[in-house]
Amino acid sequence: MELLLILGLPLLGTLLLALVGARRYAAELNVVISLATLVAAGFLVLRVIRFGPLLVWHEQFLVDSFNVFLVALTAFVGFTTAIFSRPYMRIEQHHGRLNSRRLRLYHSMYQLFMAAMLLALLTNNMGLLWVAMEAATLSTVLLVSLYRTKASLEAAWKYFILCGVGIAQALFGTILLYFAAEQTLGHEGMTALLWTHLNAVKGHLEPRVLALAMVFLLVGYGTKVGLVPLHSWLPDAHAEGPTPVSAVLSGLLLNVALYAVVRCKVLVEGAIGPALPGRMLMGFGLITALLAAFFLWRQRDIKRLFAYSSIEHMGIITFAFGIGGPIANFAALLHMTVHSLTKSSIFFTAGHATQTAGTQRMEEIRGMVNISPTIGWGLMLGSIAILGVPPFGVFASEFLILTTAMREHPWTTPLLLIALAMAFAAIFSKVQPMVFGENDSPPLPHSPALTPVFVHLGLVLMLGLFMPHALASWYRSAARLIGG
Amino acid sequence: MVRSHLIAQLLNLLAAGLLLLSFSMLSRRRTQRLINLYAWQGSILFLSTCLVAYDAGLKELWYSAALTLLLKVILLPVILHRLIQRLGAQWDTEPVVDIPVTMLAGLGLVIFAFGLAEPISHLATTITRNTLGIALAVILLSFLMMITRRKAVTQVIGFLAMENGLFFAATSATYGMPMVIELGIALDVLVGVFILGIFFFQIREQFDSLDLHHLESLKDE
Repeated sequence: MELLLILGLPLLGTLLLALVGARRYAAELNVVISLATLVAAGFLVLRVIRFGPLLVWHEQFLVDSFNVFLVALTAFVGFTTAIFSRPYMRIEQHHGRLNSRRLRLYHSMYQLFMAAMLLALLTNNMGLLWVAMEAATLSTVLLVSLYRTKASLEAAWKYFILCGVGIAQALFGTILLYFAAEQTLGHEGMTALLWTHLNAVKGHLEPRVLALAMVFLLVGYGTKVGLVPLHSWLPDAHAEGPTPVSAVLSGLLLNVALYAVVRCKVLVEGAIGPALPGRMLMGFGLITALLAAFFLWRQRDIKRLFAYSSIEHMGIITFAFGIGGPIANFAALLHMTVHSLTKSSIFFTAGHATQTAGTQRMEEIRGMVNISPTIGWGLMLGSIAILGVPPFGVFASEFLILTTAMREHPWTTPLLLIALAMAFAAIFSKVQPMVFGENDSPPLPHSPALTPVFVHLGLVLMLGLFMPHALASWYRSAARLIGG
Repeated sequence: MVRSHLIAQLLNLLAAGLLLLSFSMLSRRRTQRLINLYAWQGSILFLSTCLVAYDAGLKELWYSAALTLLLKVILLPVILHRLIQRLGAQWDTEPVVDIPVTMLAGLGLVIFAFGLAEPISHLATTITRNTLGIALAVILLSFLMMITRRKAVTQVIGFLAMENGLFFAATSATYGMPMVIELGIALDVLVGVFILGIFFFQIREQFDSLDLHHLESLKDE
């Protein structure tokens, strides 16, 4: 029932918002639908906590401790982003960057995007997972080019082609997976793509096929995660699309793509042992984190800066999943949560900062605290949190990842530390003058909704200082599920 | 026995045709011809899926053959033809393709694909197992076409040809994916082409051309 609501509400919202169009209450309706989805997700969480994993609708949908927390996170950030986008998009309209038809497209596609991501998380069918990931790409392509500027068209085109090619590799990987499974599970009954069935027989699957499948799946879904060298769509799409879209792309879509990679890794590990998939993830993750940290220095656009920071963090999380084992998995899951909360809150404040300054170039954004203390301090606190300064939650997860890496693979520790230190220096030196310093820009025409920023940062702070027992045991059971 | 041997031979013939079409796509410069070649690829897929369905006696495969006919032989080529007509791009050619070099690179990719597919195709139990290498080759050749071409429409045809290769891989290695998935993939492809259609108009409106040279300004400073 909750499942039906979670998937049905955003779809209903897509239709409803397409019909409502640009009436005044469209943005409010968007918020209400997102809230309803969040409530349904909350009930689903309660049910999974009370009764254990769910397997429904001819086993096509699976809810276990690994995906239910991502579902809750997705619904939550989807809701707060909807709150943020209401005044943000109004200001954009006020500035004449959007007309009402595009606003209608925006609201409708926003809900479709949420539906696609939730479907990708909840499905038990590896094929359906692929279809949902592709749908998530398609629904955001037109959002990236919403402003119809030359740069945004270019970004959307790149996004479409690169992710399209990437996801085609993932489809080939899925076909190989099906091919291997079919020999054990048979063609009849259509069970050969169901994750639970695959997981049950993973020890008997043909290792050579699965090794090849893992390469294709990792490259394919890795493109969407933003792993180097397939990351080049990500900064463009984040910088040129509207800020709420950057926030959900960074905070949610990357997580969902990584979720797909990890689901595949669990299967492949069962067939060929943890060595090869683990090393692949570690290698990709480490290179991604290092290169992204280098690129951070060269950025002059505020949204590109934080897009590269997302790539860096995705690298760190991928690396942690690559190490495997209960502690590293626990840290990776925690990092997914805190990164998604922090990064979306940073995009909220960065979006309003660019609206105030009228540009995304960082050298022209100055003295945000003087114009609006909430925007300025929000940006500062968010940056401090994402850089892993204690007592924020990012520190806790990065600390765990570092100590595990030190024990299991000591040679990686200096590389990780270099990446973290470079990211720290680059981001801090760029954010500091934007927040403090002199400025006399006029205030915004609509007052921004910045409560989500402080709610997110508060949650991240809480996760750093003290983790509720229920949440900790939840992460632990999810980490056990991933194994490794 | 004889019958299934004959079908296997026919399938190999069709697979070879598919590969040839991929090569001739690499060498064509005019957009309209490319769309026709794409439709031919679709028809070969339709025929081969029918043959496999007949041989294996699977009802699902007949459906997926019908879907192929509808989508890849009729609907998508018609949409693409009308699209380039409305864009006035039907006589567009691409001047900057070094065809001999592309062909040589394509040959290398085919050898690579066959090498990669060799150990796997031994495991397959379907009568079409020999064609897995060709399917992979078609995927890689389409990929090559997307890299070497600079026109938006051509890149999209490359993208669609890649999907043809994937479909062929699915039928040849596994008798096709479950129906739900195939419907989902078909829907994604169709929606994708629609979105790209919208895109073409937006790109032309902004840049006065469909040449992707204009789309190379976003860089890290």
